[in-house]
Amino acid sequence: MATRQTASLARLMRAPAIILLLIWMVIPLGMTLYYSFLNYNLLNPSVTSWAGWFNYQYFYTDPAFLESIWNTIVLVLGVLLITVCGGIGIAMLIDKPIFGQGIVRILVISPFFVMPPVAALIWKNMIMHPSYGVFADIAKFFGASPVDWFAQFPLLSIIIIVAWQWLPFATLILLTALQSLDGEQMEAAEMDGAPAISRFIHLVLPHMARAITVVILIQTIFLLGIYAEILVTTNGGPGFASTNLTFLIYRAARLNFDIGGAAAGGIIAVILANIVAIFLMRAVGRNLD
Amino acid sequence: MARAVSRNAKIGWTIAAWSVALIIFFPILYTIITSLKTEQEAISGFNLIPSFSLSSYEAVQSQNNYWRPFSNSVVIAVGSTLLALIVAIPAAWAMAFSPTKRTKDILMWMLSTKMMPAVAVLVPIYLIFLRTGLMDTRTGLVIVLMLMNLPIVVWMLYTYFREIPGEILEAARMDGASLRDEILYVLTPMAVPGIASTLLLNIILAWNEAFWTIQLTTTNAAPLSAFIASFSSPQGLFWAKLSAASTMAIAPILILGWFSQKQLVRGLTFGAVK
Repeated sequence: MATRQTASLARLMRAPAIILLLIWMVIPLGMTLYYSFLNYNLLNPSVTSWAGWFNYQYFYTDPAFLESIWNTIVLVLGVLLITVCGGIGIAMLIDKPIFGQGIVRILVISPFFVMPPVAALIWKNMIMHPSYGVFADIAKFFGASPVDWFAQFPLLSIIIIVAWQWLPFATLILLTALQSLDGEQMEAAEMDGAPAISRFIHLVLPHMARAITVVILIQTIFLLGIYAEILVTTNGGPGFASTNLTFLIYRAARLNFDIGGAAAGGIIAVILANIVAIFLMRAVGRNLD
Repeated sequence: MARAVSRNAKIGWTIAAWSVALIIFFPILYTIITSLKTEQEAISGFNLIPSFSLSSYEAVQSQNNYWRPFSNSVVIAVGSTLLALIVAIPAAWAMAFSPTKRTKDILMWMLSTKMMPAVAVLVPIYLIFLRTGLMDTRTGLVIVLMLMNLPIVVWMLYTYFREIPGEILEAARMDGASLRDEILYVLTPMAVPGIASTLLLNIILAWNEAFWTIQLTTTNAAPLSAFIASFSSPQGLFWAKLSAASTMAIAPILILGWFSQKQLVRGLTFGAVK
């Protein structure tokens, strides 16, 4: 009796969260799917008609689409490479016996708490600006001519900014994993005369493998959606040189008022994100038992 | 002898670690320094010692009406987090203490909603906001950010609640505690730290959100993330003022963030790394 009462109470307690998320997921996604098959432009909403697969075809054959997919991949892989390799190195450095470890941790973690538009504007104006930036000051100091980062290397510049934002996340998670490494095992390996490199490959890396996987998957989910950093620095340009899929869809929806096209792009983004999500769900699900 | 070597090694590692940390922190440090310069100083080459002028802070507040986006940020971040907690605490509670066969599936499904790219639903949300008059209102943003962070809130609370031992409940029941006593005197004190951590991390996430805030606001409800993004247009480009606005936008959350490092790992990895 009591258990049945508890069970129905539990159902009642779960319901609001489940219903809200169901609405949040089903209605907008359903609308996106519906719009993706319509000729619907906000500049001329009266001539809305059924489009079939036209929006997908149009999106797919647009040269900017392939370029944006390529940029998305380069952006994600570039940032992952920097943050994972850098994160492992910095985590191992902080894990060493050092003075002021707490403060070092705080300094390293800080960029993660800087909101994306601020992070991007700081880098754009203070660091990478061709006349007033710190990089330009350094170049001038060595007698070199300053680089106009966002004009010459737009995508690389954005990769650097985003990597700076996510390096703390990777470092913090890898450090957490590293600190649970069995110290005695490491000491034993050291006593046996195992060189540092083989200790790293055979002990440290396997221990961190799970944390590295989690870092890669979670970052990928967020990196696929990079938007504000592009908006305030290059605005996707020059041309489409720094436009990723998220930014291309934003342009279609908000600048070209092409609801149908943007919706078709949105569905493509969902498919891309789902491929990553399946792997992440497996990694997290394994931990749930 | 060995001690001396290890001491030297410690000094060496310390120097290396501090150098790396200072390089990573440098852009933030330099922004704070630049915010204390005059506009003239700010563009006259590399200089780490400002004149400690507060004129940029005054200018940002008087010219750009800084307090409006600031108060919008506070209302939206705190409001969406509290609302998410109200919905999530009962749900996480039920799943942690009365799990059913489907609890795991429900949790995984909630996680999957977090994987949906925001841009995929930009079109419908934008149109709904236009038609219902939610565009550029705090209410609209509170709702969207609440829904966006709800899965993380449920997950974090669930992993915290699950650590509360069930035996304590049984013991309380044996002693004749009612459900009300159970919740009030046994579970709540043990759940408070987890709830506080969840609150902290989600305020940070909502404060820094920069996709929906830019898409769904113009002037009235624009929080700091949207306000600062508007500085990218050329007329707003004054180094010292930009630095002052940036410093004020990130300072509160930076300090909150320093206190929530542990929760960050747990919250953002959905408990996969502790």
